[in-house]
Amino acid sequence: MADQPITTGAPAEKKSTLKLMSKATYAKEAALRSVFLVCATVAVAGVALIFVFVGVRGWPIIQDPGLGAFLFGKVWSSSAGEFGILPLVTGTFAITIGSLVLGAPLAVGTAVFLSEIASPKVRSIVRPAVELLAGVPSVVYGFFGLIILRPIIADITGGLGFGPLTASIVLAVMIVPTIATLTEDALGSVVPGIREASYAMGATTWQTIHKVLLPAASVGIIDAVILGMGRAVGETMAVVMLAGNAPQFFKGPGEPISTLTSQIVIDMSYASGTHRTALFAMAVILFLISMGLVALVRLISSRKETR
Amino acid sequence: MTHIPIDHRDVPAVPHADKITVRELDFFYGDFQALAGITVGIQERGVTAFIGPSGCGKSTFLRCFNRMNDLIPGTKVGGTILIDDEDIYASGIDPVDLRRRVGMIFQQPNPFPMSIYDNVAFGPRLHGMTRKSDLDEIVQRSMERANLWKEVKDILPRGGLTLSGGQQQRLCIARVLAVEPDIMLMDEPCSAIDPTSVQKIEDLMAELKDRITIIIVTHNMQQAARVSDETAFFLQERTGEPAELVEFGRTAEIFTSPKDRRTEDYITGRFG
Amino acid sequence: MDKRLTNRIAVSFLWFCAATTVAVLGAVILYVFVNGIGQLSPAFIFTKPHGVNFEGGIGPTIVSTLYVTALAMLIVTPIGVLAAVYLAEYAVQGRLVRIIRFAADSLASVPSIIMGLFGLALFVESMHIGFSMISAALALSFLMLPIVMRTTEEAIRAVPRYIRWGSYGLGASKWQTVSRVVLPAAMSRILTGLILASGRAVGETAVVIFTMGQAIHLPISPLESGRPMTVHLYMLAMEGINLPAAYGTALLLMIMILFFNLTARWLLRRNRRMQG
Repeated sequence: MADQPITTGAPAEKKSTLKLMSKATYAKEAALRSVFLVCATVAVAGVALIFVFVGVRGWPIIQDPGLGAFLFGKVWSSSAGEFGILPLVTGTFAITIGSLVLGAPLAVGTAVFLSEIASPKVRSIVRPAVELLAGVPSVVYGFFGLIILRPIIADITGGLGFGPLTASIVLAVMIVPTIATLTEDALGSVVPGIREASYAMGATTWQTIHKVLLPAASVGIIDAVILGMGRAVGETMAVVMLAGNAPQFFKGPGEPISTLTSQIVIDMSYASGTHRTALFAMAVILFLISMGLVALVRLISSRKETR
Repeated sequence: MTHIPIDHRDVPAVPHADKITVRELDFFYGDFQALAGITVGIQERGVTAFIGPSGCGKSTFLRCFNRMNDLIPGTKVGGTILIDDEDIYASGIDPVDLRRRVGMIFQQPNPFPMSIYDNVAFGPRLHGMTRKSDLDEIVQRSMERANLWKEVKDILPRGGLTLSGGQQQRLCIARVLAVEPDIMLMDEPCSAIDPTSVQKIEDLMAELKDRITIIIVTHNMQQAARVSDETAFFLQERTGEPAELVEFGRTAEIFTSPKDRRTEDYITGRFG
Repeated sequence: MDKRLTNRIAVSFLWFCAATTVAVLGAVILYVFVNGIGQLSPAFIFTKPHGVNFEGGIGPTIVSTLYVTALAMLIVTPIGVLAAVYLAEYAVQGRLVRIIRFAADSLASVPSIIMGLFGLALFVESMHIGFSMISAALALSFLMLPIVMRTTEEAIRAVPRYIRWGSYGLGASKWQTVSRVVLPAAMSRILTGLILASGRAVGETAVVIFTMGQAIHLPISPLESGRPMTVHLYMLAMEGINLPAAYGTALLLMIMILFFNLTARWLLRRNRRMQG
């Protein structure tokens, strides 16, 4: 049986197999490696392409009406040909802040609950719920807010119920999964042992959470909130359906406003000329904001590592 | 070193020529030198045991023989290792080809997450065997040689991970045997499995050594004494310094009348 | 204040947070379900809308959604998985890898509306593909790419090192080890990531609204336009017409998303059982 020729390299006479560097195999391996590298750089190409193709269409805004008039102009009116995005920026800001104020504590609380308090059984209900919440399409959130929440807000604030309050509440729910998942990760990566050490010294659950765990996970939680903020800034459909889409400055929680994202959706279908240029330029600004937030998170995380 | 031209097959039990010759081997992890100036000859068709305290570089040394250390970035090797008089670190030597001839069994049984059959057929398939009948034959033969066939012949499509720890380790041995290596490296193969399975693996080694050169790293000195023909004792005298080969010889002699006092200390349990 | 009392209040607050989260999800699902279930009928699912108020079914929108999702998966799966293979198995830490990761993170955080405008600018206009399934799928695949890359990379990294050693020890080359041992071992987790990414595509609105068009049309070739379910729901809701159809569409969307999520979870659980 031992002398039967076997393709897998029977040892005794095959000294030379060792010498034969299988060039074909090596060429194949190298080729595959380059293919993978190309795939990996598609992400980089994507970012570059977005910048180029959205940027080129938004670039003329520099000449007309000029960067200053665009960024700091107080009036957005397509009929008057004025494209100042300050009201939209403040609108984005108002809704983002509102959703963070409502959503961040809810999300961090849920994450702490999942990581520190929930029994495995409770956790097996809450965690899938959080994940599913992330999967609900934003247009469904918008629809739900439109039908259920808007009338309630209308009763409270007067008016139609479109505005920053309605949008912020719905957005708060939408950013919960982002913040909660990342916060739970951060709590999970707290050095093992210090939790037990705290309990062993007679600390209550809450003392352990807020004196030991939250500080230890603070960097991760800040990252989570920043990324949640990115989600809120960029959220589009739910905001279009709930904010009221009036490009004016914040007047009250029940008064309609507009945001960078919602104005793009509303105007894109009919915009032309400078109007269209302005919409693309707004997209560039949104892109810069979201990339800036990612860079900020990276910076914070790398600071932590060097500390 | 001169080779006496005799056919080993006629006298399997008596080791003659060296299958592996190591000369002045140095090994570095980055700046840290783990092994220094190791010179040793490993006999053909027999069991050689590497013993020594934890962290003394036995496993590192073992992994030099199939260039597994190549997978760790930043490692460097000095000196030479000859297998059948060929320098395995010479340029032009393909570590992938080398590993077909030098099989390895790890501390942790590591069946692939696929069926028992596919685990054993993995190597032959890798090297181009596709005919079902050929594969069936080599799978059966390898498992028979690994003393596993009787236990698993009816459950071949089942996942390799469903076997017990000891069976998993024999599955891994069968998997290595299926590529017909002439050297088998065993890195503490029994430390993660139950004692009754250890016996089976030791018996297996005794059967296999008629045809295969086996090197085993073990912490268990009784095991080294039971299974090996020759023993090498390694020691790292101080932390941060490279490990050295202290003594090498017939197992019976090492365990009864070691020449070096440090070997004696280790074997009699005075340190390590 | 007594530390026990503080503790009780704080812990109650945490319970409240979790309960709110679950309750909101429950409310959304329940509401959509109760109002939409009456709509669901073979006619609603398979026939075309007609008339000014879009009476009738939503068949073409379902086809458009599934069409574009499948197309996007076809594009993103090979690229995303192989990119992850590169990052997990081949790449050496360095500047290039840092740039790739930063780009992937940036892509992941790009607001979908930007992806919509990008798709409009590049595929629809510059490449003259026009509003079509393929334009929408290409734009969506950029959105899904970082999700697929991340989940696949995590799946690959979760495969124990000693399993790889076993393969290398048998003389397998790197690609043989990756393709025959590592990827099969990571398969169920990779699939989970792919399913979650397609769930994302099904629910996406802002990207497709500017790349697929809005006309109700049953797409046959990838160069044809259409209107996905999400856009249909948006139109119905914003114009306040035919709310029953809106509920029905929302329910079908939720059922699809739930199906994707539950399948992904089931795969993960099965995987854990098999390896555990």
